[in-house]
Amino acid sequence: MKYLHNIGVYFLMIKDMFRKPTKWSVMRTLILKDIDDLIINSLGIVAFISFFVGGVVAIQTSLNISNPLIPKYLVGFATRQSIILEFAPTFISIIMAGKVGSFITSSIGTMRVTEQIDALEVMGINALNYLVFPKFIALSLYPFIISIAMFLGVLGGLAACVYGGYGTFEDYIQGIQTDFIPFHIVYAFIKTLVFAILLATIPSFYGYYMKGGALEVGKASTTSFVWTSVVIILANYFLTSLLLG
Amino acid sequence: MIEVKDLHKSFGEAHILKGISTNFEKGKTNLIIGQSGSGKTVFLKCLLGLFDYEKGSIAYEGRIISEMKPDEKGNLRAEIGMVFQGSALFDSMTIAENVMFPLRMFTKQSKSEMEDRVDFVLKRVNLPDAHHKMPSEASGGMQKRVAIARAIVNNPKYLFCDEPNSGLDPKTAIVIDNLIQEITDEYQMTTVINSHDMNSVMEIGEKIVFLKDGLKEWEGSKDTIFKTDNKAVTDFVYSSNLFKKVRRMYIEENQ
Repeated sequence: MKYLHNIGVYFLMIKDMFRKPTKWSVMRTLILKDIDDLIINSLGIVAFISFFVGGVVAIQTSLNISNPLIPKYLVGFATRQSIILEFAPTFISIIMAGKVGSFITSSIGTMRVTEQIDALEVMGINALNYLVFPKFIALSLYPFIISIAMFLGVLGGLAACVYGGYGTFEDYIQGIQTDFIPFHIVYAFIKTLVFAILLATIPSFYGYYMKGGALEVGKASTTSFVWTSVVIILANYFLTSLLLG
Repeated sequence: MIEVKDLHKSFGEAHILKGISTNFEKGKTNLIIGQSGSGKTVFLKCLLGLFDYEKGSIAYEGRIISEMKPDEKGNLRAEIGMVFQGSALFDSMTIAENVMFPLRMFTKQSKSEMEDRVDFVLKRVNLPDAHHKMPSEASGGMQKRVAIARAIVNNPKYLFCDEPNSGLDPKTAIVIDNLIQEITDEYQMTTVINSHDMNSVMEIGEKIVFLKDGLKEWEGSKDTIFKTDNKAVTDFVYSSNLFKKVRRMYIEENQ
């Protein structure tokens, strides 16, 4: 029953987020700040992880191909498919649930604990619109991060393959061009947009409705990470079944 | 003036406010006192419209909260200033930005007009040079003064303070009390203070409402609280030996 209640409160929160909009001059500043906090500040870690995971995927694929009948360009093909279909949209989203999600939960949760949200409400400001809506808009740029992750993942695979001696530049390039289906990119970006909505709203829900003190802020961040990850994995399964099944 | 009639509020089966009736007068510092768990904070949050209540009414100059439309409630909120127990300053903003916040949200003033107003209120609370500090760089007393500046920057008609002296040393606490009283006189606001601090009761309690177990046990002023025979009030207010002696001396002097 508690889970059903929370799901209901979550959807009401999303509805209330659009009510009583904050003055545009203030909202613009909040959106820009959240773009900086949530998108720009995540680029470094996303680039680093993508590049090296792309490299590892290429090395693993190469090391596991022992049959001489399997073409060498399979390394590039497998890396591209792994990165575009799953690693960039889903794996990076799980990482972002930890980085961005816990930031959102702890910042909103701290505002709750220190009565800053009460202060907004007393002033007659819709705290959900003021706090959550800018994050929702900022994370609509999340596909930008994922496109960088895709590019760097494939590039990391190329670097590991060529400089590690696992294959040639030409084979890898042939691999990433083989059987390319443009819809896979569309599929990846549809998933990314859904994950962006989840990344903005689930951590906000756990921060906004938390009760207690500093210890509970930490607990709420952990719970928020767990549930954001679980919902992303479930959404990934259903979207994949729906779009590719 | 704020008029409260037969106010009831429950959380589940816990009946917190059991029919409070009182009024808070304009231009006066009205104190709500009582032990922890007596319902003071719930009462204050009902007054602020943060909690809905089941029965009774709260009227601001005759405007009953529960009968207001959302835009009327919004207009009323713009007339309210609030000083929270922990100051509730926005961490990510400087002190000047915190004070300017209500002006940015609710007025169409130009930036220079807003800056002038912020300068004025920061001077009024004796913080003329604190503009660029972050709240984390300010002491507890400074944070309270910034919270007062933010509460009064938009010329509110009503000022609410939740334990404004908690966590402050006695000297700073008196400074904050005096500041609240001066501002109340100056702007002729209706000020309601939720307090545990007996110094505040004696210093600025122009009207005092004593709550016990969700009921109004007693009401009076700093002058009448010395003379009251109400045992619950005397047990609470004169719980320390010092205050017992002060009361005895006051009564002896006046006999």
